[in-house]
Amino acid sequence: MRYIDHNTVIKKMSSRMIINKLFKVIFLAATLFALLALGILFYRIITQGIGYLSLDFFMNFGSRFPEKAGIHAALIGSLWMMAVVAPVSLILGVGTAIYLEEYAKKSKLNDFIRMNIANLAGVPSVVFGLLGLTIFVRALAMGNSILAAGFTMSLLILPVIIVASQEAIRSVPNNLREASYGMGATKWQTILKVVLPSAIPGIITGGILALSRAIGETAPLVVIGIPVIIQFVPENFLSQFTAMPMQIFDWAKRPQEEFQYVASAGIIVLMIFLLLMNSIAVFIRNKFQKRF
Amino acid sequence: MASTEQTAKMSVQEMIAKQKGRKGKKRIEKSIPIILFVIASISVLTTFGIVFTLIFETFEFFKRVSFLDFLFGTEWLPFSNKEPLFGILPLIVGTLKVTLIAIVVAVPFGLASAVYLSEYASDRMRRVIKPVLEVLAGVPTIVYGFFALTFVTPLLQQIIPDLKIFNALSPGIVVGIMILPMIASLSEDAMTSVPNSIREGALALGATKLEVAIKVVLPAALSGIMASVVLAISRAIGETMIVSLAGGSTPRFDSDMTGSIQTMTAYIVQVSTGDAGYGTTIYYSIYSVGFTLFLFTLLMNWIAHVISKRFREEY
Repeated sequence: MRYIDHNTVIKKMSSRMIINKLFKVIFLAATLFALLALGILFYRIITQGIGYLSLDFFMNFGSRFPEKAGIHAALIGSLWMMAVVAPVSLILGVGTAIYLEEYAKKSKLNDFIRMNIANLAGVPSVVFGLLGLTIFVRALAMGNSILAAGFTMSLLILPVIIVASQEAIRSVPNNLREASYGMGATKWQTILKVVLPSAIPGIITGGILALSRAIGETAPLVVIGIPVIIQFVPENFLSQFTAMPMQIFDWAKRPQEEFQYVASAGIIVLMIFLLLMNSIAVFIRNKFQKRF
Repeated sequence: MASTEQTAKMSVQEMIAKQKGRKGKKRIEKSIPIILFVIASISVLTTFGIVFTLIFETFEFFKRVSFLDFLFGTEWLPFSNKEPLFGILPLIVGTLKVTLIAIVVAVPFGLASAVYLSEYASDRMRRVIKPVLEVLAGVPTIVYGFFALTFVTPLLQQIIPDLKIFNALSPGIVVGIMILPMIASLSEDAMTSVPNSIREGALALGATKLEVAIKVVLPAALSGIMASVVLAISRAIGETMIVSLAGGSTPRFDSDMTGSIQTMTAYIVQVSTGDAGYGTTIYYSIYSVGFTLFLFTLLMNWIAHVISKRFREEY
């Protein structure tokens, strides 16, 4: 029988400990790479764009001259699009989540719906653009309007909202539901007055995060054919419009160096928007979420 | 007093009887599930819409272009006046170049971050790094594209003088940064779900933290890690704005990373921003490219699903 040689163990020990320490530093450095990338990204964009941020930048329309270019039409256009996306995607998403969590029995059809939602989440956004182009822009003759873009974006973020709402509804404990049934409430009354009020902070948080994805998404808008140079603000939901990411895309593509700064300024506005939405979502999550 | 109690009792019974008799409420209870089912089926309709749209328009495309030329052609010259060529391979090669570079960047950094977060990091460190990864995941791709074009490409040009303004390297690296948070957070989830008793067992046998991480936790979490990498590949294949801005628009069938390329997604964007009229072969070609792209990502998502289902270790 061989015994462990104490000396070799001790001899190896020190090198193993050194390697352990070394890799800890390597892992930390690799993790900080993400931090570094984010830092450089923000630093570059802020230093390039801050000079072009002025009141005029918010009030001017797109222009061939960098010093006259502004984000007014794009900002208002993005807000109009959100006015379509928010209600449509929330109604569809929360409705689907309620169905799947509260009503759907275990059946092949319902399993298919679940699997389908997971698959839909993996479809590239540019393919959603092709869907929007064929169905909304051409078949339903909406043209490249706010409505067509809004519907396309709603479908794009639908899986995200469904999953977030499902999680929020699932986290409502069953004894609340049973207490409600015990008081004589019907199923729908229970959902409407007991389940949804407890789940709403989670749903809103997930919803805002999904909307912030819709506001920054560019590819579907490009495919639908949203124009970039628009000299008016939309009047109704069938108006033509442009959105912030489209405007930034156009500026970024231009060869003149000045337009890079204009694009940076546009990105700052977009990022402030996203930051605001995300902080609201985090605030709601921390403030209103109940733990059972 | 007795009489009021009795009337109160009666009224409750009456109330119940009345409530039971009410038709409207029953109708609501019956119709709500149906309405919700209709809403839920919209997500299914979306999938059908995508599949049928792509199939129909692609079918239209194949009336004009031979299927074999499309599948095996090594030249993609749709805008040629004399003889337009539609061989998808250059676009696929462009996509694969970017994806490969992205994976080379994202997998080591993503996995290292995941190991650090789940095995080494203190709670305080985790509270700093996780939001950073979330922010990184939430940055719109157009911003990444701008970053690739105006910062990463000039930086790389100082190291590699031959690098063109549009190339595969720069968007590849930036797509890698974009998918890094996805690999990091999904892999970290897989690793933290490995029970502590296994770690403690290894530590008790005298293993160092590194040995525990590499020889115990990583193998146990392998299915989750592999699934996260495959999902990240799927995201990289479908990424559009970064490659449109920084990758260029030269579909090429070679292995050169320093010159202009074109990916499937970038071609769709190029046609969409151009003025190809409705009903032209070029118009239909974006659907055939979109369909190919859709199949690629579907395959990847399916593989990820199979990996995480089949090889999951239950504790």
